Amino acid sequence: MSERTSRGIAGTVDVVVIGAGHSGLALSYLLGQRSLSHVVLERGEIANSWRTERWDSLRLLTPNWMARLPGYPYQGDDRDGYMSAGQLADFISRYATYISAPVLKNTPVNRVAPSSHGFRVEVPNGDWLCQTVVLATGAFSKPVIPKLAEAMPATIEQLSAHTYRNPRQLAPGGVLVVGASATGLQLAQEIQLSGRPVTLAVGEHVRLPRVYRGRDIQWWMLATGVLDQRVEDADDPDRARRVPSPQLVGTPERATLDLNVLQRQGVKVVGRLMGLRGSVAQFSGSLRNVCALADLKMNRLLASIDEWAEANAPSGIGPIERFAPTAIGEPPQLELELGEDIRTVLWATGFRPNFSWLDLPVFDRKGELRHDRGVADVPGIYVLGLPYLRRRKSSFIHGAEDDARELVTHLTGYLDRTARRDPPPRPALRRLPG
Amino acid sequence: MTKHTQTATNGVNVAALLGAREALKDAPDAARFKWRATSEWVKGTHNRTTVDGFFGLGQEQKHRQTYKFESDHPEIFASEDKGATPVEFVLVGLAGCLTAGIAAVAQNRNIQLHSVKATLEAGMNIQGILGIDPDVRNGFDGIKVHYDIDADASAEDIAALVAQSQKRSAVFDVIANPTDVTVTSKKC
Repeated sequence: MSERTSRGIAGTVDVVVIGAGHSGLALSYLLGQRSLSHVVLERGEIANSWRTERWDSLRLLTPNWMARLPGYPYQGDDRDGYMSAGQLADFISRYATYISAPVLKNTPVNRVAPSSHGFRVEVPNGDWLCQTVVLATGAFSKPVIPKLAEAMPATIEQLSAHTYRNPRQLAPGGVLVVGASATGLQLAQEIQLSGRPVTLAVGEHVRLPRVYRGRDIQWWMLATGVLDQRVEDADDPDRARRVPSPQLVGTPERATLDLNVLQRQGVKVVGRLMGLRGSVAQFSGSLRNVCALADLKMNRLLASIDEWAEANAPSGIGPIERFAPTAIGEPPQLELELGEDIRTVLWATGFRPNFSWLDLPVFDRKGELRHDRGVADVPGIYVLGLPYLRRRKSSFIHGAEDDARELVTHLTGYLDRTARRDPPPRPALRRLPG
Repeated sequence: MTKHTQTATNGVNVAALLGAREALKDAPDAARFKWRATSEWVKGTHNRTTVDGFFGLGQEQKHRQTYKFESDHPEIFASEDKGATPVEFVLVGLAGCLTAGIAAVAQNRNIQLHSVKATLEAGMNIQGILGIDPDVRNGFDGIKVHYDIDADASAEDIAALVAQSQKRSAVFDVIANPTDVTVTSKKC
């Protein structure tokens, strides 16, 4: 008898939720409302990645008043502020207590595999048998680092946004930050202000002002319905899901963070990092165009906001504004010698989920989970909390609720159908050897 | 909202392009193309390049006809100027690619084009190719492309066409980004 089948069983439930972050807990609350038996397996503490895998200065890109989980609005007194990662982790932990979520902490999942009546979820202290599994481990589990990193000179220290904590970690001297999402811009700014000259490699990006006509840009995105846009209505869902996070930062001053601001602070802006010849980094000549694209896109959004404001006349808003185009003055540098002037390369090139423990035929040829808006290609497997999973707000804290509700509806239907077609063995444990 | 009842007629078969995009999404091998040219030296700096077939969609393909291109250098280089200078062919390629992109994107966005004129200029310091100054590169120190476009669209929409075309342009990418080049030879 193999070791696997002789492993002990901790219990049998309708649903195993993997990950006690905001998505998993929102789902747990809704499963509880339907009296579906479930456990939430968490590899560490509640909101683990927010506690252990984020840089020190990180704050949410959305204002506090937007933070809300099912049955649980923001209750603090800093409604226009932006939570730090620690504050968000505390918010999520309080929610877990408030809803009495059945969380098993320090319970990492080693493997999810088919079993005779659903799935077997293998964890160190006894496996769980279930009909359905919800993957709620988040979209930011591992950094995406281009292959180019392997060819970097050995003298260059390399970090990712996953391992970066603060500028004190870095050697004195120049830093090449690769990537122009919210992450790249935030890290470029704080490293530049720490006295290390930063060169920022910029590919396609999303530019947004922090405040527009007196309101947080996220207020407008919510009010105009942009955040509720459904992925099936997007022109190209695959592309919509790949769009990097907008260039925003949450500060008490509600300051805008864009390439113009960074250049005024001394950051050198170059094109996308495309190649490496020996110790010379090569950048794309497309910088002007990616900046033009971002400016055009921002202005289209602002125009649609103005149109909405005209029709809906919200009170107390400011006049129409337009912002200076992204300035690329001198012909941007196309090459940069790494070594003396650049001691560190910081990869802010995105994140991806990690489902390596999922032992099911559910990945496409590029290793990505095959699913339709969270309903995986293997019946009974669901995924939550990925960017634009069902709506533009899917990866936002407040975006978990609507997605979780719809997935729970689907999941309940699935459980009902399988129960009619294939009644579960009674008791389930007797069927298993061991 | 105004309803677009008129369909733009820019002569681009967008339905076919979108169909190909859909079909090739799950057929990565069919999407692998090989572009080819052969050339033969004529005399002096005069060279003749022939474009005939290419590989794509899993098989050898043929152009409707064979195309021949004469390249040479101008008389101020003590050449006979029997054709465009090779670096000018780079501009030919860039203009052809960007403008085709503009037409395709305009068709997809239902924007009627009336005229699309491009002016291209590439700067080059020939101290590089003459080996006078090792700090000067052989190639262009920059390329400027300017479009004058008459179309049934706002200035912003036209700017967006030009930006989107660059984003999807093969030649723009070839020029703006490093490409590995392997040149071999054999004594016949």
